[in-house]
Order: sequence, then structure tokens, then C-alpha cells
Amino acid sequence: MVEAIAFYVLAAVAIASAFAVVSVRNPVHAVLFLILTFFNAAGLFVLLGAEFLAMLLVVVYVGAVAVLFLFVVMMLDVDFVELKQGFLSYAPLGGVVAALILAEMLLVTGAVRTSAAFTDKPAGLPDGITNAERIGRVLYTDYLLHFQLAGLVLFVAMIGAIVLTLRKRTGVKRQDVSAQVGRTRKQAVELKDVRPGQGLG
Amino acid sequence: MEAELAARLVADLAWVRPELLLVGFVLIGTLVGAWGGDRSAGVLSGGAVLVLIIAAALSFGQHPEAPLPVFNGALAIDGYGAFAKGVIGLAAAATLLLGADRFARSNARRFEFPLLVALSAIGMFVMASANDLITLYVGLELQSLAAYVLAAFRRDDARSSEAGLKYFVLGALASGLLLYGASLIYGFTGSVRFDLIAQAAPSGGIGLVFGLVFLICGLAFKLSAAPFHMWTPDVYEGAPTPVTAFFAAAPKLAAVALLARVLLGPFGELTDQWRQVIMALAAFSLVIGAFIALAQTNIKRLMAYSSIHNVGFALMALAAGGAQGASAALVYMTIYLPTTIGIFAGILAMRRDGEDVETIDDLSGLATRKPWLAMLLTALMFSVAGIPPLAGFLGKYVTITAAIGAGLWPLAVIAVVATVVSAGYYLNLIKVMWVNPPAAPLMPTGPTVALTAGAATLLVFPGLVIAFGWITQAATTAALTSFP
Repeated sequence: MVEAIAFYVLAAVAIASAFAVVSVRNPVHAVLFLILTFFNAAGLFVLLGAEFLAMLLVVVYVGAVAVLFLFVVMMLDVDFVELKQGFLSYAPLGGVVAALILAEMLLVTGAVRTSAAFTDKPAGLPDGITNAERIGRVLYTDYLLHFQLAGLVLFVAMIGAIVLTLRKRTGVKRQDVSAQVGRTRKQAVELKDVRPGQGLG
Repeated sequence: MEAELAARLVADLAWVRPELLLVGFVLIGTLVGAWGGDRSAGVLSGGAVLVLIIAAALSFGQHPEAPLPVFNGALAIDGYGAFAKGVIGLAAAATLLLGADRFARSNARRFEFPLLVALSAIGMFVMASANDLITLYVGLELQSLAAYVLAAFRRDDARSSEAGLKYFVLGALASGLLLYGASLIYGFTGSVRFDLIAQAAPSGGIGLVFGLVFLICGLAFKLSAAPFHMWTPDVYEGAPTPVTAFFAAAPKLAAVALLARVLLGPFGELTDQWRQVIMALAAFSLVIGAFIALAQTNIKRLMAYSSIHNVGFALMALAAGGAQGASAALVYMTIYLPTTIGIFAGILAMRRDGEDVETIDDLSGLATRKPWLAMLLTALMFSVAGIPPLAGFLGKYVTITAAIGAGLWPLAVIAVVATVVSAGYYLNLIKVMWVNPPAAPLMPTGPTVALTAGAATLLVFPGLVIAFGWITQAATTAALTSFP
């Protein structure tokens, strides 16, 4: 019973907030709704007994989206005074999102605790093996090739980001460890013979 | 059990030597480039060309008796993939040679170019031998991601950046379609592996067909088949010309091989369901590629529509179905690739005062300025227009025969009519080169460009014509072992 309610609540909120992501005009609101969507999807994973995937979704997506949001704020030359004034106007929506997330967490915990269906293992999972271990066992054996290829895709992304953004500017003060460490006292400090009462003219 | 597993994985490694070679080169090359900067671009380009040719040779050599699944069914090593990978490797090597030469001449050499081409080639190799939906997607994405970066390679140029962005956004949309289709297929068959999907396909129902259609739409985008071709002219025009040459050659064959693999492998039982979709794609591509090209004034846009038109022929062969259709598509692309590389070598020769010029009018009177280049380009244009006895005619002949053999008469008629229309713009190019008064003189042609154009022309006539029997034989054998 509780898990059915949990499922419908999570699914409904996920769909509604996913719709809100693309329909709201304010990008900050869109990001908040995106976090809510991811969180609901994570809740659905927990109901399926895939708690490892749920954690992954929260850590990677919610974490990454939060970081991305920070990047956008840093890069877009946002006026911070204005942003702080706007904070109060974001507070109600942020509060609603936070309250929803909290309520859903309680709902999911309740569903998992009360229902026998979710203490059962998914089909084919022997006792004593958590699903993180299960994923680990196939990820590096049966899916070894996919794993390595995914690594190559990330490698392309890395090279691509550097190719498209790294610019060699002149007149930029860069760190040069060997030059900085190799600096001697003679190069750094100049001794002047200061005569009394005259200063360094 | 662990030892057995390790032994099996190590044994599988021997079958992916071409890919391993390329990956090793890319990893070492990145270090070399990071250390030596853009000065190492020349060495890395040469190395990449060499490695691609070796990988192609290694692939040609892999002929197991029956399709051999490796890495727990992630890849299938078989004749079809081996043939496709060989041609892909050679085409990528040729376009890389052209591109590296051009970037060196215009002092825009960057060491990432050969690395990205090699990474894209790895993606194409994976596509050509993909045997489950995950490998399919990851290979496609590896190829596409490298291509997005290459399209925006000249990042200070607004058109290049625009091309990269457009390609990326539309490519992401196509990936979304493809993934949605893949998830439906997985949902209705319970497996991502092609052999298990094939077993479950007959009882898949309407959901499976929906998934298949989405998957085909995603692949058609990568193939630039109409009506999913919108990005092609803009990306071809905006991307640096050496990169466009690369886009026009190897990735097309990889996508055709992948599509053949998907349609005939897991969905061989559902031929009646996908045939209409492929027929529609082929007809649209043939017609749109032929008619809209007539209105183009930019030669890169013209080549974009030409590639859409030519992909239509490969799709028509696939629509015929069976091993015969697959081998006809492979033969067609094998003949089309050297032709298009040769034409792009000609476009790369069009430079005036250190700048690329790319309108058709700039070709005016090429016959008086550069008679040799004009002759080579004329031969290549005749070939791609399908005029006998050049190789292009044989390619068109094989695909139309395959379509007629499967009873697809309307499609064959559309193909013939579209070919006649497309001959119009190729002949117009030839007329501009030979009849129009000479335009301002172009810069001298570099040896690499001249050699590539010459080699392509020799391949088109008489090379591939003489070897035609052998190629069709090899492609048919390969297709028969892969799709019995």
C-alpha cells in the first residue's frame, strides 16, 4: 500500500517537475526543478531495489548539476548584489522543492521498511550480494569492453574541451615552478645603501 | 573461474588488434602532443596515417569462418565488419593525409587533429562490428563526439563554430531518438545482444517495431539520409574543408555498415516492417539530394547534397534486404568513398591568396589554369554521376540490380530518374571548368593533394573497374558469412 502510494507520488512529481524544467522561464527555477526530477528518479530506483543506482543518480546528477549551476553563476558575469536580492524570491520555490524532497525521502523509507516486496532481492540475485557488488562483478567482466569504450568517449570529451577552449595568450602570468623555485636571493632582493635623512629618492 | 574468465578476455583481445593499435597510438600520441605541442603535429599525422593503414590491413586479414562474438557478445568479428573496417581505415588515412597537409600549409596545424581523427576511426571500427545495443551506441557516440569537435576545429571562425554547435545539438537530439528506440527494443525483447534480440524479435509485437523505427531514425541522422539531412549542408559548409572531406568519406560507410548489421542481424525476421521505412528514407534521399543540389552555388554544400543522394543508393540496396542487399551497399560505398575523397582533394586545391575559395564560379576555366587537375576532377565527376565505364556506374548498377531483384521497381525507377537529374549538376561543374572563361589564378597545387586526386582517379578508372569482380565477390562472401 505504502509503496504504491510512494510510486505514484514519485512518478507524478517526476513528470510534473520534468515538465516544469522545460516550461519555466527562469533558468534558476529550471535547475531547481531538474534537481527535483533527478531526486524523484532516484526514489523510483530505490523502490525497484536498485539502491546503488539511486545513490549514483543523486551523487552524480544532483551533485554535478549543482556544480554546473555554480559554474554558470561564476561564468555568466552575474551581479552578485542583484543575485542576493533575488535570493529571497527564489526562497519559496527552493523551500517547496526541499520540503517535497524531504517528504519523499520519508515516504520511500517507509515504503521500503513496511513492504515485504522490497526486502526481497530482485530475480537472480543470490543472498549476501549487494547490488553494488553485483554491478561491479559484471561491469569489469561481461561489460569490460563497454566500460573501456565509455572511458574513450570521456577521453574525447576531455580533448575536445581543451581543443575548443584553451587559448595561448601572451602577457599572462603563469606558474613556472622551476623558475620560481630556482630564484636566488640575489634576483629577488636588492640591497640599497640608504643614507640617513634622505630616503630612496 | 576467474582464471578462465581472464584467459577468455585475453584471447578476445587478439581479435580487436586493429582497435587496440589505434587506442595505443592515441594514448601515446596524446602524451607526445602534450609534451611537444603543435610542433609534433607532423609526426603525429604521419604516425596516424601509418597506424590507420596497418589497422585497415589487420582488419582485412580477420576472416573467421563464422561470425565470432567476442567480449561476451559485445563485438562480432566477421567478414562484413572486416571488409568495412578495412575500407574505413584506408579512407580515414587518405582524408587525414589531405587534412594534415592542408593545415600544415595554412600554418594552422594542431596536434589534436590526427588524434581526433584516430579516435573517430576507433568509433567507426566499433560501429562496423557492433553486436549489441550498448556497443552500437558507444561506438556511434565516440565517432560523433570526435566529429563535433573537428567541425568546430577552427574555433575563431564563426562559421566553423556554428557548424560544430549545430552538429552537436542536432546530433544530441538524434542520439536521444536512438537511445529511446534502444530502450524500447530492450524492454520488448529483454536483451541488448543482437543474437538474443533476433530470437525474441518474432514475438516482440508493435512495441519492438516502434523501437526499431526510432533506432533507424537515429541512425538515419548520422547517415544524413533525408528527411534527417538538415544539418548536412550547414555542417559541410562551415567545417574546415579537410574536416568536411573526412566527414564525407569514412563515417558514411561506418553508418551504412552499422545499419546493415542492425537491420539484417537482430531484425532480419522483421524485414517487412523495416523495409518500408528504409524505402522511404532512400526515396527521399535520392530525390532531395538530386533536386536541391541544382540550386547550390557553394561547392561544399553541393557535395553535401551529393552525399545525401549517394546515401540514398546505399539505403536502396539495404531495402532490398538479405546478404545481396548488404553486399551491394558495401560495394557501392567502397566505390563512392575514393571518388568523394578525390573530389575533395580537388576542392582543397582551390586556394587563392592563401584563402580557401569554395563557390562553383571559382572553378571557372580550371582547364586552362590547371589542365591536369581539371581532367582528374572531370573523370571523378563522370564517375560519381554514374557514366559508364567508370566505377561509379558499376556501383549504381549493383544497387539498382539488388533493388530490382527484390522487386522494388518503383524505388529503382526513382533512383534512375534522380541519377539523371544529379548528372545535371555534375555536368554543370564540368562545363564551368572547361567552357567558362578563366577566373583569377589559383595558388599552386600541393603534391599531396595532386597525388590523392590522381590516385582517386586511377582507382575510379581503371583500378576499381578491373577489381570490380573481385570486390563484389569479396563483399558477397563477407555478407553471406555475416548474414546467412
